Amino acid sequence: MGWKFRKKKNIPGGLWVKCPSCNAMLQRKKLEEAFGVCHDCEHHFRIGSRQRAASLLDEGSFVEFGNDFLPRDLLEFSGYDGTLERSRKRSGMNEAVLVGEGRMEGMEIAIGCLDFSFVGGSMGMVVGSRIMAAAEHALEKSTPLVLVAMSGGARMQEGALSLMQMARTSAAIAKLGEAGLPYVSILADPCTGGVIASFAALGDVIIAEPGALIGFAGPRVIQTTIGAQLPEGFQRAEFLLEHGFIDRICSRTTLRAEVASCLRFLSTGRQTA
Amino acid sequence: MADKKGVRETPRIGLPFERPIVELELKIGELKSLSESTGMNLNGELTPLVDKLDKMTRDIYDNLEPYDVVQIARHPLRPQTSDYIAGMLDEYVELHGDRHYGEDRAITTGFARIGEQRFLLVGHRKGKETKENIACNWGCAHPEGYRKALQKMRLAEKFGLPIVTLINTPGAYPGVGAEERGQAWAIAENIMVMSRLRTPIICVVIGEGGSGGALGIGVGDRVLMLEYAYYSVISPEGCAAILWKDGEKAPAAAEALRLTSKDLKRFGIVDDVVPEPVGGAHRQPDTMVQTLKERLVGLLADLDGRNIDELVEERYARLKNLGQLADT
Repeated sequence: MGWKFRKKKNIPGGLWVKCPSCNAMLQRKKLEEAFGVCHDCEHHFRIGSRQRAASLLDEGSFVEFGNDFLPRDLLEFSGYDGTLERSRKRSGMNEAVLVGEGRMEGMEIAIGCLDFSFVGGSMGMVVGSRIMAAAEHALEKSTPLVLVAMSGGARMQEGALSLMQMARTSAAIAKLGEAGLPYVSILADPCTGGVIASFAALGDVIIAEPGALIGFAGPRVIQTTIGAQLPEGFQRAEFLLEHGFIDRICSRTTLRAEVASCLRFLSTGRQTA
Repeated sequence: MADKKGVRETPRIGLPFERPIVELELKIGELKSLSESTGMNLNGELTPLVDKLDKMTRDIYDNLEPYDVVQIARHPLRPQTSDYIAGMLDEYVELHGDRHYGEDRAITTGFARIGEQRFLLVGHRKGKETKENIACNWGCAHPEGYRKALQKMRLAEKFGLPIVTLINTPGAYPGVGAEERGQAWAIAENIMVMSRLRTPIICVVIGEGGSGGALGIGVGDRVLMLEYAYYSVISPEGCAAILWKDGEKAPAAAEALRLTSKDLKRFGIVDDVVPEPVGGAHRQPDTMVQTLKERLVGLLADLDGRNIDELVEERYARLKNLGQLADT
């Protein structure tokens, strides 16, 4: 049943996958080995948190934490339990973010990766608490922090508590900054609402994947508000670069090397403990 | 006493659930003008009606549905930032512009004084009539509004002025220009800086607390909420459209979102609820303004002279522990 709910940009099941961008037939196994990047046209498929962490970290170095934070239906919001249950089955995740520590080209870092397949990567109490835990872990160990944002925004089913995660995560990022520890924010498709309006926009360096949709309000909301068609490429990574809000656009194939390079620059003036 | 109760203003714009109240208010008004114009003593008729009105108003307001509260929060006659400025402050020196792009009238910022207490005031402004509504974009700020607020708040920090923010917005503006100028970045920056700003911050949700647009000036040491204000991650209409593909189901969404002051106090999102006059702030705006003034004077005095390192760490702890109360 799970396939019905998959977003079309996720890597679909089956042995072969058709690239939605160039129509090339891709071997599923090879596509996964390439972390969801089409070898022909560089189209970036959406990937899950575990694959994302693997794509950024040195092999076998990831140690997960934050698993004691698990979702609860504090508002008794109609249908939320069912939504969580379906998301767990579909994604194999227990929440919309995976956090932990690991090594990136030999450097110790704290890392968090959002997963769009779990309630649209939305941020509720657990995502907020785990991002905070990752930032505080980085603070405690004096390591950099790398977060990959991929989210529709705040999690409606947790009401104003989800809104408050914008403040909780941003406060933790602020503390990291005061300690002079670097934070690199990676924006993957899509990145909207309360996530981009909080920690995702606060990176010392912000790197987006090509073509990623990035914006405060979703395109449909804007279209309804202004009653007109939106320009081609509006709110895509390239548009954001043009308007001065991100530092770089980087293909997933070279992302690890590029983030590591930035971290080495950001750590130059600092003694490691 | 009867006379005092009778002087309350009759709002011209009635909400559906208020109809019996408004009808009785009009009837009392007619009797009073009759009594004044003819010199007849109608107290015998008036007193029971005024008592009935009082009881009826209390009954209705004690049993409001969450969506009724949303409508009260949006009431056009509800006191707004401009009313608090006029009725509460002894001095207001408005400061314009974000020093980057422009002046956004959806947020007003300025030096404010009550007696000897000086502070920076930051507040959403919706406007009172159509022309002003348009100029203020109905309280929906663009990035320049948030950046103006940030620039003035940094000024307040630099010169040791405490900050009071009055929140009243349906949400940050979702338009092309707002996106081009980095709405998300502006809000994120405000939230982050406010979480660490080295001066006391008091935030009050006076009407609509619309999502990120509200939080963009909403991080502080004390967060208050007026009794019939609402604070939510999404509008009930937007929530209903997503959940049930039907914006008409907003009342059900308003209930599901737990957006009333009572719920938010329970979750620890607001520290205190400021009671409104019987029948809501729109019925007795002056009383509301005075109530909030007294509350703010007290809070500013409490926070004055607090050790700033401690205050900022408490602000962090407040955020970190938020929502944990609900676990017990």
